[in-house]
Parts: sequence; C-alpha cells; structure tokens
Amino acid sequence: MTLTLALQLCSVFGITSLLAFGGGNAVIPQFEQQTVSVHHWLTAQQFTDSFAIAQAAPGPSTLIVSLLGYRAGGVWGALIATAAMVVPTGLIVYGLAKVWDRGHGDKPFRHALQDGLAPITVGLILAGGMVVARQAESHWVQLAMTVVATVVLCATKINPLIVAVCCGFAGYVFSA
Amino acid sequence: MTPNSSTNDVAETEPNNPVSDETSGAAPAAPDEASPIRATAWEIVRTFNEISLSSFGGGLSAWSREMVVARRKWMNDAEFLSAMTICRILPGANQVNLAVFVGTKLNGLRGAGAALAGLIAMPTLLLVGIAALYAAFQHSHAVQHVLGGFAAAAVAMTLQMVWKTGRTTLTSIVPILLFALTFVLNGILRWPLWWTLAVTAPLGIGWAWRRAHRKAQARPPGAAS
Repeated sequence: MTLTLALQLCSVFGITSLLAFGGGNAVIPQFEQQTVSVHHWLTAQQFTDSFAIAQAAPGPSTLIVSLLGYRAGGVWGALIATAAMVVPTGLIVYGLAKVWDRGHGDKPFRHALQDGLAPITVGLILAGGMVVARQAESHWVQLAMTVVATVVLCATKINPLIVAVCCGFAGYVFSA
Repeated sequence: MTPNSSTNDVAETEPNNPVSDETSGAAPAAPDEASPIRATAWEIVRTFNEISLSSFGGGLSAWSREMVVARRKWMNDAEFLSAMTICRILPGANQVNLAVFVGTKLNGLRGAGAALAGLIAMPTLLLVGIAALYAAFQHSHAVQHVLGGFAAAAVAMTLQMVWKTGRTTLTSIVPILLFALTFVLNGILRWPLWWTLAVTAPLGIGWAWRRAHRKAQARPPGAAS
C-alpha cells in the first residue's frame, strides 16, 4: 500500500460518496469508470462479480467499495475505501441529525415535515421494491415465493430470518 | 463514577443491561419535558450489527424498521419514515446515513459511530471472505437459485414494510393520495427521486402543516399565550 494509492482511494471514493445523491447505487457507473477504466484496479468482469456479491451479501450494498478497495490494495485498501465512502457523508448526516434533535420540543414545522414525508416514503419504498423485483430474474418460482413470503410476513409475526432461509431453501429445491 | 442513575431509561425489550456505566458519561441533551429516548453505544452496535447480518439478499431498510421501530421502539413510524427520506436526500449511501441518523439521535457522536460500526464492520469482513468463495461457486446453478430465494424474501420484506407502515401512516384520503402519487411518479413513470420529491414533498408538508393548524384552532380558542 503506497501513499499514492491510499490518496487515490480516498479521492475516488470520498469524492464520489459526496456526489451520491439518490443513494449508493446511483454512483455505481461512476465507480466502474474510475476503478476499471481509469485506475485499472480490476477488470470489468471482476467489477460485475463484486456488484453481485455486494448485493447478495448481508449489509449495505454500498460495501461494494470494500471489494473494490480490496482489489486495489488488499485489506488496507478495503479499509481505506470503506472509510472514505462512509465517513464524510456520515459527518454531514451527524451534523444535520444534531440540529434536528436540538429543536426537540413540539416544533410544529418538524412535525409537519414528519407527517408530510411519511406517506411519501411509503410510496418510495413500494417503488423501490418494484424496481428490485423487476431486476431479479422473473422466474415464476421466484414470483410465487415473493407472493407467499409477503402474505406470511404480513399475516403472522414470524421472524423474517426464518422466511428468508425458507426462501433460500425453496430456491435450492426448485433448482434441482 | 456515579452509580447507574435511572435517567437513562433504555428500552424495556433489553433485559440484560450492560453493567458498565461508562456510556452514560456522555453529556445528555438539554432536559426536555418529553425526555428523548437514549440507548447505550453497546446496544446500538449490537442492534445495527443484527440488522446488517440479517439482510442477506437485501431488505436492509425493512430490517432497520423491524429493529428500530418494532422491536427496540426507539422511534415511531412517522419519525423513522421521515428520517429515511431525509437520508435519501442527503448524499451517500441511504442505509449508512439512516444508521448514523438513528445513532446520533440515541447517543450523539458515540451513537453515530456505534451505529456505523455495527452496520458495516462484520459485513466488510464477510464480504472479503465471500468474494473468495464466489469465484469458485459463481457458475453453480444451486448457488444462483439459493441467492434468488434470498432476493425473493428481501422483496417480500420490503412489501411487508409497505403494509405495516402503510397501516400506521395512510390513515386518511390525503396521505393515501400522496402515497399513490409518489409510487406512480417514482415506480411506474421512473421519475428520479429529486423530481418526485419536488412535486410530492411540498404537497405533503403543506397538508400536514395546515392540518396541525386546524387542530390547534379546534382547541380552546381562548388559550392565547
């Protein structure tokens, strides 16, 4: 891990994170351009694989940056890339949350903001779910699993982990 | 070291309070009539670690709500949902931002760091390990189908979140219309987030503002202060 590489990792991931309006997935094309075409830290195929792994693995999918950093500079590369991705934006959120929290009493505008944004967020969540469902291979088995799992989750108080494991198992059984 | 005073009232769902008192050393926020909910850094780390590790295949925001609102009762739905949208508007990864926001609310800078560490430390380690395995198994159909199953469960969790939060927030005609409009603009017409919010956010906030004023006026009119 040279100093130059460390600085490159900081600038690629730090600057990109600050431009990531609309969430981590919005800057995936920017990451691809920087890590594959500009810096040649990994091949296009490795990038695609990294994306798939980060999507499926537990945790935020934005942790694709850990994999990209790992390809560029091993464990230290992974740590630096991850820190560069989350620390600057984390500080911004921290500052805003502090201000938000300070006006704690019954600030009418804060309540209006909360109550007004809540139904909009529910709409955005449903839209996001649709987009993910469309991306997944729309095999009928998967569609049926989604419907059954949704009904089970809404109608019972079952731990969602059990549902996820059952779906993974069902996927395995139906693949045979 | 003062003994554990009862001011730092943690969620009832946690029977095993850590004995160590070090986290309550952080200066509490200015006293309020409705004392804000606080949590120790250790509880925050554990909760976000659990959220993160539970979310294979996706469904991270649904898991965040499940833990933060349903199980720990650190926030109510309106508070959590508005925090989600604020975190989407800010730059950076939404889920990371949300963790920092919740952590800050619960325990200031320590809480923010704890939430961040809980959310990303274990997955980062796991990822590097999984990356090595993936190279060996990526062409296996069985693995692809298991992952497909996880993805289906993640979509189901997201839909369940819509169901659960919808029942608490879509309680009259205006919020239902706001929800439907947002979904059509962002999910069907595929408008970008900013355009969608530029249309819906003023409508939503304006509606909530006017409703609060009507409620205030409906109360005893002589109570002018």
